[in-house]
Amino acid sequence: MTLLGKLDWSAIPFNQPIPLVAAAVVLIVVLGGLIWVAAKGWIPYLWNEWITSVDHKRIGIMYCLLGLVMLLRGFIDAIMMRGQQALAFHSAGYLPASHFDQIFSAHGTIMIFFVAMPFVIGLMNVIVPLQLGVRDVAFPTLNSVSFWLTAAGALLVNLSLVVGEFAHTGWLPYPPLSELRYSPGVGVDYYCWALQISGAGTLMTGINFVTTILKLRAPGMHYTRMPMFCWTALASNLLIVAAFPVLTATLAMLLLDRYVGFHFFTNTGGGNSMMFMNLIWAWGHPEVYILVLPAFGIYSEVVSTFSNKPLFGYRSMIYATMAICIISFMVWLHHFFTMGAGADVNSIFGIASMIIAVPTGVKIFNWLFTMYGGSVRFHTPMLWTIGFMVTFTIGGMTGVLLAVPPADFQLHNSVFLVAHFHNVIIGAVLFGAFAGYVYWFPKAFGFTLDERLGKWAFWLWLIGFWVAWAPGYVVGLEGMTRRLQHYDVAEWRPWLIVAEVGVFIILLGIIAQIAQIVVSVRTREQRRDVTGDPWDGRNLEWATSSPPPPFNFAVLPDVTDQEPYWDMKERAREIGQLTRPEPQYEPILMPRNSPTGFVTAFLAVATGFALIWHIWWLVLLGLAGAYATFVVFAWRDHDEELIPVEEVARLDRANRAARSAALQHRQLRRESVE
Amino acid sequence: MSAPSTALRTGRDPYHMGHGPAADVPEYTGHGAGGPSPKRIVVGYGFWIFILSDVILFSCFFATYTVLIDARAGGPGPQQLFDLHNTAIETACLLLSSFTCGMTSLAVARHNLLWTEITLAVTGLLGLTFIGLEVHEFLGLMAQGAGPTRSAFLTSFFALVGCHGVHVTCGLLWLGTMMAQFPAKGFKESILHRYLCFSLFWHALDIIWIGIFTVVYLIGTITP
Amino acid sequence: MLLLDSEDRSRGVPAMAPWRGIVARCSLAVSFLLAALAASASCRADSILSPAGPVAAGDRIILLDAVFIMLAIVVPTMLVTVAFAWWYRASNMRATYRPDWTYSGRLELLVWSIPTLVIFFLGGVIWIGSHRLDPFEPLSSAKPLEIEVVALDWKWLFIYPEQNVASINRLVVPVGRPLHFRITSASVFNAFFVPRLGSQIYAMNGMTSQLNLQADEPGQYLGLSAHFSGDGFSDMHFAAIAEPQAQFARWVAQARAHGPALDDAAYRGLLRQSVPAAPYTYRSVEQGLFDAVAMQKLPPGEGPNPHQIAPHAIPQATP
Repeated sequence: MTLLGKLDWSAIPFNQPIPLVAAAVVLIVVLGGLIWVAAKGWIPYLWNEWITSVDHKRIGIMYCLLGLVMLLRGFIDAIMMRGQQALAFHSAGYLPASHFDQIFSAHGTIMIFFVAMPFVIGLMNVIVPLQLGVRDVAFPTLNSVSFWLTAAGALLVNLSLVVGEFAHTGWLPYPPLSELRYSPGVGVDYYCWALQISGAGTLMTGINFVTTILKLRAPGMHYTRMPMFCWTALASNLLIVAAFPVLTATLAMLLLDRYVGFHFFTNTGGGNSMMFMNLIWAWGHPEVYILVLPAFGIYSEVVSTFSNKPLFGYRSMIYATMAICIISFMVWLHHFFTMGAGADVNSIFGIASMIIAVPTGVKIFNWLFTMYGGSVRFHTPMLWTIGFMVTFTIGGMTGVLLAVPPADFQLHNSVFLVAHFHNVIIGAVLFGAFAGYVYWFPKAFGFTLDERLGKWAFWLWLIGFWVAWAPGYVVGLEGMTRRLQHYDVAEWRPWLIVAEVGVFIILLGIIAQIAQIVVSVRTREQRRDVTGDPWDGRNLEWATSSPPPPFNFAVLPDVTDQEPYWDMKERAREIGQLTRPEPQYEPILMPRNSPTGFVTAFLAVATGFALIWHIWWLVLLGLAGAYATFVVFAWRDHDEELIPVEEVARLDRANRAARSAALQHRQLRRESVE
Repeated sequence: MSAPSTALRTGRDPYHMGHGPAADVPEYTGHGAGGPSPKRIVVGYGFWIFILSDVILFSCFFATYTVLIDARAGGPGPQQLFDLHNTAIETACLLLSSFTCGMTSLAVARHNLLWTEITLAVTGLLGLTFIGLEVHEFLGLMAQGAGPTRSAFLTSFFALVGCHGVHVTCGLLWLGTMMAQFPAKGFKESILHRYLCFSLFWHALDIIWIGIFTVVYLIGTITP
Repeated sequence: MLLLDSEDRSRGVPAMAPWRGIVARCSLAVSFLLAALAASASCRADSILSPAGPVAAGDRIILLDAVFIMLAIVVPTMLVTVAFAWWYRASNMRATYRPDWTYSGRLELLVWSIPTLVIFFLGGVIWIGSHRLDPFEPLSSAKPLEIEVVALDWKWLFIYPEQNVASINRLVVPVGRPLHFRITSASVFNAFFVPRLGSQIYAMNGMTSQLNLQADEPGQYLGLSAHFSGDGFSDMHFAAIAEPQAQFARWVAQARAHGPALDDAAYRGLLRQSVPAAPYTYRSVEQGLFDAVAMQKLPPGEGPNPHQIAPHAIPQATP
């Protein structure tokens, strides 16, 4: 046993140019970025205002940023995979099997855990407390810990690119393949520890948001007045609380097998690998709804705002959301009909899976009827929503098809299946995240995003998606299974080349999105959101300035309606002035920033890395450090900061003045029209 | 709007987000009308949700145990291995520690430092005894060649019971920290909230142990 | 169209929304487009939509039934989405803006009941289909040909217990006779799948899956593993050859005459991770080999060789 455990120079892939060069580029970019930031003297600012921030808006922004950066990483994997499959007809392509296998494993892991999850959680972070009309989440420091643990997991996954390897097992490491006997390398360990760490963060987010939504709402906000996004966030976080412990337990079992020779899923000693499939999908299927429900919430917000109408069938939507939330726990077996459970079991799970299509269909219809009789404005968020509705109905249909056991007997694990889940995850989750991103960007940053480039991005993504994945359905029907590094069937090839073209169209979409950010930042002065309500919004997030002050609301709003802000605006328009007279301001206590999250994540990375490489002294050091961090946190006396009354008054008065002016302007314009 | 709005309009701001309500504002539970709940309720509620998630974690280990109970790979089964005598003492320790933990709650409610510390110490000692007995049992099994690597049944047994043991150990660490915090910080609100969470945690571990005692030890040794 | 509410009508729905006829026509057009896409897939060699046996044909009927049932509401929904969005665009002065129309009990009943009814219908299809096409169910009363399948790293071993021969990476079956497969794995999960013959099923260590298939047309079909099994996975495909009974008998006789014997030592050689250079046969098979594998009486696949110098090269195996 050495000081560095299993770690030595052979862990660095000197003989493989692709990961080495990629890693070198990433390293240079990261180091260059750090040096640039240091040279500009921004480190104190970053440390004080962002890294140690416990403000839900800042944490949310960092979550979204993490999601976007990891989207690039996962997308590069996608280009490489599609490129390999386009080339590898009767040949080995350019990626050796062991590398190709790591790429598709990393692609899936990253896209689900470090793109979709952070993006969705980030949007919830920024918006949910604002929509609830409160000042922060229930546990602000815990929120920071959650974020930093997620980032720690992402860092570990990326570290595997340079030091060692990633799992060769697919995004869900089915044993026995993931057992030590068949995967002796560190890849599966990287996977497991990265997910254990980020999973702990996600669980804390779940607890935090369930508590926030159930216990912290503005006065008057009954359950039946909560915005739809809050409802879906509640459902999603309930699912997190109920499902993520299952993931933690399952991965813990796999780790016990791998580290200390237990026999949960091994081929020897009576282990049962089928149990892993049941356990992992008992988490995995709810996970799908953890991602997609908040996206449904975003669509609900967007479709009602841009149709200038309240959401149609609001209560019906609540029932649909909660029905999906509950049924999603009863369908996991449809992920392995081909295990041979028997016709009765298969049909029951097949039918249960289809039942989820009912509330989902109801949602689609209710969005439709929200547009009906509306006055639809085609801003970018609305385009994403319409694109979603069209794309998702197909994805939903192929999903129901896969829930038919006899059809699944032929489509299971085929590219058809892969096309299906890309259809729903890109078409629903990612489109939703993009809709939310464009919709709420002005709220978070105080200026709107460029519409022209946004529309370009939308069309490129939509077309690129269909060009990339319609062929997937076809080759799936032609019998192509997923994860093939090379193949000899001539009929598949043209479709795979088309798919590669589609990926490049999506790449153009991503470039358009990056350009959109650059252009919008440069022209931000022209695109300032002065009133805090750029889209004529309906819920409370638009009732405060953009970006909101640290305390969100100088005085918590009184909620008297299902659309509280719209209601306020209506009344203000009637009386021609703001509804509330200027309140008597009070100083506000807000939680103080804390490095706890960052320190915890640092220790988590160290401990995770040490566990992966069997560096036991560092494991002990990391755990002791974690305990010390908790104690230091628990010992602090001064955990809140007072925002002086002058500051509160100044910020709120400025916003009130802007809103008053906008109201007068509108009034004048209306009079002149009349 | 009634009470909270009046409070707002008179210039007070009871919603410091997580602060106790002003003296004359009743505690609202967050069911809509009243605005955000006070911190005591928020903290307790959040921790309660955590406990529920922990119960789900345990349920996975319970499930694997029941699946793997007959996967002995030629190795010994519950009848040959479990010593109900030892388990009875373990159970008694843990149940008693829950009782003393309850006494701590009474002492904390009265802000009585001496009794708080005494009952916490007794709780901790009982917990330590429990852990000691469990480690003793584990070592004994391993000495017989019935360690967790022997068969899938033993794997699931060690994982389920060990997971509980790890929880109790963490609880003890927490308990020790609280014993230092009470004298150092006094009966501040934040410390009281923390103690509330600790007692919830400790009692929850007790409940899980009842499950383990029943499913693993009692049923394991009774069924032929 | 869907607005049956008397209350709505009294408030004035646009008299004749121009999208009504368009939607119907477009629905048809899109359905045809999708059907054409499916058809283009079906004329291909390995398509699951061009069945070569009763199981694949049964799967296909269920698949197509389910698709067409769903298309009946999916296509109109897609088109109505676009139509509503376009007709109610803010700049369209002809569209009636009704910001207060946010609830309709009848419509709610309708939107809950349409998907529910479809799911009822599909649920029936599922129930009947799952039972009729249960992989464990024999296809007919005729005595099937027994074939035992062992998934190895990374090759398929087919044992013909009645003929006492075995084959690596080539499955030869007689046309028109029911086939009964017993399937297990010597190491990791795999799935045995011949798309044109029908259903796939997992090969799992310590378990015996069963599958009943039949080839009605002579031909050579692609067979593959449909479950990722490691770095050699892409080479885990095999030719499934269906030939008339006489040719099959000739193949068996030929196999009996040539090749090595599959005894304990030969089997242990197969446990090593490798990809066979070409398919080959065994002239005899040790009695009860399959059961010994399935009951875990033989050691599982070895996994990667820790001393292998170049971890990225998959060794080739020869008999």
